[in-house]
Amino acid sequence: MEKTEMTANVESHVHRDDVGSRMGMWLFLFTEVLLFGGMFLVYAVYRFQYSDQFRLAAMELNTGIGTLNTIILLTSSLTMAAAITAMQKGSKIVSKILLSSTIIFALIFLVNKFFEWSAKISHGIYPGSEELLNKQNGEILFFGLYYVMTGLHALHVIIGVVILVFMLVFILKNKITADDNVKLENSGLYWHLVDLIWIFLFPLFYLIQ
Amino acid sequence: MQEENAKHEKHIVGYGVYILVWLALLALTSITVSVAGISLGSLTLFVALLIAAIKSGLVINYFMHIKFDEPIFKVFLIISGSTLLIIFILTAFDILYR
Repeated sequence: MEKTEMTANVESHVHRDDVGSRMGMWLFLFTEVLLFGGMFLVYAVYRFQYSDQFRLAAMELNTGIGTLNTIILLTSSLTMAAAITAMQKGSKIVSKILLSSTIIFALIFLVNKFFEWSAKISHGIYPGSEELLNKQNGEILFFGLYYVMTGLHALHVIIGVVILVFMLVFILKNKITADDNVKLENSGLYWHLVDLIWIFLFPLFYLIQ
Repeated sequence: MQEENAKHEKHIVGYGVYILVWLALLALTSITVSVAGISLGSLTLFVALLIAAIKSGLVINYFMHIKFDEPIFKVFLIISGSTLLIIFILTAFDILYR
């Protein structure tokens, strides 16, 4: 008993504050929410003003690929959350496998996004293209928002992949352990935020009928 | 006991809970996709946003551990969420009654 008390004391003297660390991460996530929130606000205003044209423009988006990417991101969130549980339970190998699958799902998401955007661009629909500028105002706005918002989201996915690769290296170098895994937890929080934003982007862009 | 107190924030969530949440998220996704095919008029957007809100509630509570974390994180969430909501409501008034 005395021994555990001692280790607990020693631990409290280690310069480390997991709750504070997570708190910092959440504060950062709120700035991200406000960044995307501003864009959702612009979307809401223009959707109200040009609801018919938004509907017309949204018909051009591929619902199938959007649904597939939703499923991929949700699954990557599952593997991410499970990777943290595995690490906390001390099974390093399971954690590495789950984290790697999260990275793979993220890459598949990006590949899908690439094909989706290429298809749009080869049809002549991209910001500033002649084809797009000949359309009505509402449609131009829809595609402008589509490229900016899904583009910024894709950028977050890319950043997420980089962070998760770093976490994989940290696990390999034993910098993340069963006791000290707040880095992994915070990366998980970032990754889930990316998923959260997509949860709203998906119905607002792909599911307007 | 002492040790448990020292790191009481370490609430390990089991794989089973995550898999259930994931299945619920997939079910909600299929609901939102199939509902989008049905014409509900002005209700369509409402239903889509309601389902998105339920999905984000699941992600925030379980995947992001808010349900098991310190209460201060809930306060954080409420403050930032309300800020965003107020911005949206004020803008809506501006657009509707300009």
